[in-house]
Amino acid sequence: MTRLDPRLAGLLVALAALLVLNVAITPNFLNMQTLAVNASQVATIAIVAVGMTLVIASGGIDLSVGSVMAVAGALAPMIFLSGWAVANPGLGLVASIVLPLLAAAACGLFNGVLIAHLGVQPIIATLIFFISGRGIAQVLTNGQLQTFTNPDFTWLGTGRILGLPVQGWIALAVTVVIALVVRRTIYGRYLLSVGGNERASVLAGAPVARVKIATYVIAATLAGLAGLIVVAQNSASDAARIGQLMELDAIAAAVVGGAALSGGRAPILGTLLGAIFIQLMGYTLIANGISDEMTLIVTAAIIAVAVWLQRGRRV
Amino acid sequence: MTEPLLQMTGITKAFGGVPALAEGNLSILAGEVHSVVGQNGAGKSTLIKILTGVYRRDGGTVRWQGREVDLRSPREAQAAGIATIYQELTLVPQRTVIENIVLGYEPKTRFGMIDWKAAEARTRAVLDRFGIDIDPHRPLGSFPTAIQQLVAIGRAASMEAKLLIMDEPTSSLDEREVGVLFGVIRALKAQGTSVLYISHFLDEIFDVCDGVTTLRDGRTVGSARVAELTKLDLIALMLGRSAEDIRRAGMTELAGSARAAGGETVLAAEGLTTGRRLRHLDLTLRAGEIVGLAGLLGSGRTEAARALFGMDRPTGGALRMGGKAVSLSNPRAAIAAGLAFLTEDRKTEGIIPDLSVRENLTLALLPRLSRMGVVDEARERRIVEGFIKAIGIKAAHMDQPIRELSGGNQQKVLLGRWLAIEPKLLILDEPTRGVDVGAKREIQAIIRQRVEQGCAVLLISSEFEELIEGAHDIVVMQDGRTTTRLSNPGVTEDQLIHAMAAGGAA
Repeated sequence: MTRLDPRLAGLLVALAALLVLNVAITPNFLNMQTLAVNASQVATIAIVAVGMTLVIASGGIDLSVGSVMAVAGALAPMIFLSGWAVANPGLGLVASIVLPLLAAAACGLFNGVLIAHLGVQPIIATLIFFISGRGIAQVLTNGQLQTFTNPDFTWLGTGRILGLPVQGWIALAVTVVIALVVRRTIYGRYLLSVGGNERASVLAGAPVARVKIATYVIAATLAGLAGLIVVAQNSASDAARIGQLMELDAIAAAVVGGAALSGGRAPILGTLLGAIFIQLMGYTLIANGISDEMTLIVTAAIIAVAVWLQRGRRV
Repeated sequence: MTEPLLQMTGITKAFGGVPALAEGNLSILAGEVHSVVGQNGAGKSTLIKILTGVYRRDGGTVRWQGREVDLRSPREAQAAGIATIYQELTLVPQRTVIENIVLGYEPKTRFGMIDWKAAEARTRAVLDRFGIDIDPHRPLGSFPTAIQQLVAIGRAASMEAKLLIMDEPTSSLDEREVGVLFGVIRALKAQGTSVLYISHFLDEIFDVCDGVTTLRDGRTVGSARVAELTKLDLIALMLGRSAEDIRRAGMTELAGSARAAGGETVLAAEGLTTGRRLRHLDLTLRAGEIVGLAGLLGSGRTEAARALFGMDRPTGGALRMGGKAVSLSNPRAAIAAGLAFLTEDRKTEGIIPDLSVRENLTLALLPRLSRMGVVDEARERRIVEGFIKAIGIKAAHMDQPIRELSGGNQQKVLLGRWLAIEPKLLILDEPTRGVDVGAKREIQAIIRQRVEQGCAVLLISSEFEELIEGAHDIVVMQDGRTTTRLSNPGVTEDQLIHAMAAGGAA
């Protein structure tokens, strides 16, 4: 901890270079609005990517995060638009946040049990929910776009604290908390050991199944949180579109941040920086009049470079 | 005298300013079986990796077949006729023996397709040459490790290698398979192929090698004909001590353990069965006592340990702790009951490579180091600090990744992992396999100390010396059954071998 991970240092340097470049070439870069726009755009990716980093550290992958976002995002308006919630606005608001998160956690539990107890490969196990989850969300909402006005709820996605979007603060808080969990708790230690060498972990008494299940539950809950933010931001819930392709954005952020798909490493801070880097790179290109299509290609190139930098790490 | 096949002189190599090799010399004659020995960190693997083109040397010369050469990659070394058989096999288990033998060097028909007839003929020639009688159309992975290894050797030999490097080739072979391997090595030798044979088992070197080069602290300190050496001479040379000192101290540090009077029974197995490999295990383990578990490979020794530690579910028999029947359904339960199991396979069942020395050492202790799920890192650091000193772990600092440590030091960390939970019973499966002589003696001394403090130890070992001099009692297994219990002092190697081979009382 005392010594900075060289990869993290590299990412910081790249991020600094990108900032300097923007100050030099992007018009009106240095103002609060730019910061707020970027923070609100990157927040949901960062939140999901932090959970994804845990899953990757366990040696797995979670393709279902986007669908879990859709489920949570579909549930929230259904709850606060219900007659009961309208009659009890305070409780209704709490329920519309807590229940979708619980539903998301249940999705994670499903993934975790499939993987830890039934031995299903993570990519297959989470593919099940990747496909069915979005379907469930659309069935729940009858395929309709739900629009609403609920200032208390939309504060999650549109509010500001100290001039910065609420979701930016949430992403920051999630990063800090999860980083501490990885570094200080027995769960974090077991997570890295299970991802690093599962057999040896079993023999050393690590509760491997519980650790894996907890990991998928955390990842799904964070995805649920991101789903709520997206819905709050739009004052609308579109089950067909919430969190689409989020799994890939999250994996990209984790990989750029230094996570190794072979497991055993959970650079949470790196993931946040990775998400910010990808976001800022996209912003830079678009703000300077480069097309969306080009931006995708450049993002892919960055991921390729990040993977290339990781090659040959294992001796 | 003709020029040697290989002559490496004054090889130097440093990593990040730290010299790994200060004066490496190695000379191998054509048609000779030669070994390089040395403790971990002596520069053995650096020297060999320079030879095989994995590392570039900083200084010195390499003469190969009478010409000065510079082998810049494993591929160049291979092209020059230097082939390596790795510990971990590098063939393709899903493909047939034929495909593996010709892999990368497939004979082609006129139309550029693989000529399977020629490939099969070549494979059969290779197999015949070494007396391996198998169906070459079956997948390589369907054969035992020993056969796979022989196929790898056959493949290398078929590529006209002049020098074959074998790194710990017997680590997963049983007695009979070792015999077959040695037959192959002698056949290679008779055909004029040289073999560089690396092994921690000194007995093997005396069995099969002609010459031996000794490294210590990055320097070649001796090169001799094996016939002119005794085992003690060789150990003395590796350790840099006189043979006389070692003779006086006794060859094995476990010796000298006095039996604790009236030790209580910690764990007893009565007719424990888990399946075909473990049919009937009778075993009583007492506090302050080392029980050795002997038997040929496949006799059920490791399966016995797995059953005791809750890794395999018993199908019959009973396990008692403190007089009460217990059922240990998984390692976690076994650990909670006070058991510890140092596995034989350090790499795949022991270390978490990317985690630090500290995190590896406290892995089994974590539940006791945590409150409300948070690890007490200050206490953890104090405990690890204590173990690093007490068992002499050589690491730059406790936060160094364990993969960077030598094998002997990794083993000490893993031993520390188990000592830290203060087990009532310590099960050790080949605790000193693959570690150098110095670390081996240290590890044995640590174990003895724990036994004196009242720990029970089950010592599984294929080294007779370690068992005879270290264990109070030796239980012998054959075909998954415990057959004999021999009591020390007074057990002789002949008795033990007889018990292992015949199964009856010695």
